[in-house]
Amino acid sequence: MSGIPTRNEMKEALIARNGRQLQETLEASTVAICGLGGLGSNIAVSLARAGIGKLILIDFDKVDVSNLNRQQYKASQVGAYKPDALSRNLKEIAPYINLISHPVKLNEDNMTDILKDADIICEAFDDAEAKAMITNHVLETFPDKYLITASGMAGLDSANNITTRKITDRFYLCGDGVSDLKEGSSLIASRVMLCAAHQAHIVLRILAGLE
Amino acid sequence: MVKINGKELDAAGMTVSQYLDGTNYDRRRIAIERNGQILPKAKYDQTVLEDGDSLEVVSFVGGG
Repeated sequence: MSGIPTRNEMKEALIARNGRQLQETLEASTVAICGLGGLGSNIAVSLARAGIGKLILIDFDKVDVSNLNRQQYKASQVGAYKPDALSRNLKEIAPYINLISHPVKLNEDNMTDILKDADIICEAFDDAEAKAMITNHVLETFPDKYLITASGMAGLDSANNITTRKITDRFYLCGDGVSDLKEGSSLIASRVMLCAAHQAHIVLRILAGLE
Repeated sequence: MVKINGKELDAAGMTVSQYLDGTNYDRRRIAIERNGQILPKAKYDQTVLEDGDSLEVVSFVGGG
């Protein structure tokens, strides 16, 4: 690749969009993304483009052909570990972002160590029990961190049912709350991306001091 | 009265576990906020709901 903008050119372009004060806050921030599927990969792209300085990317899975309908991977990346594949894609978008990859399954034993440096944690798992597990663990272990979770984004119901709700001062829930991934429903790129966008957006609002 | 997920219910005096036993919630899929704070799972059995308490049971569904 030739003609990649310099670090300074990228930074000045972000400052022109975001303003210097907000951009410096975003650049100094660390966001952890737990699960790099339809939610997590789309959250990561939004936050990398917005100018977040550091992302912690966590997923044990490899890219599967069935992921390509909604996740930010390429057909050429089928079989690659998701944190590695996503890191490569993010670096093409934001070459100077700091990325930490964890190709592991997050559980109650390793979670505290992996998440300790994050300012904000995005829950982006697909499994309902895993969502509840991380929510309870993070909110009990890290009372000072923000947690952004998601529940209910399957199927082709209205886009307008996807919302962001503030449950406590530092705990947010995005989604419609009810659209389970059951037989007969599927995960559709546009609706999963809407929910991911809600999650990324609340991260930016928190960092901008608007929450 | 106890406000649970926005509804006023006659649940004062029950423990959180007793309340959950009378519902369809799957305990493996929930997190509970009580009066603005997360309620640790280990405290469901011993936490008695009081008049004026506000409870939010967040029940996760799959997909992501």
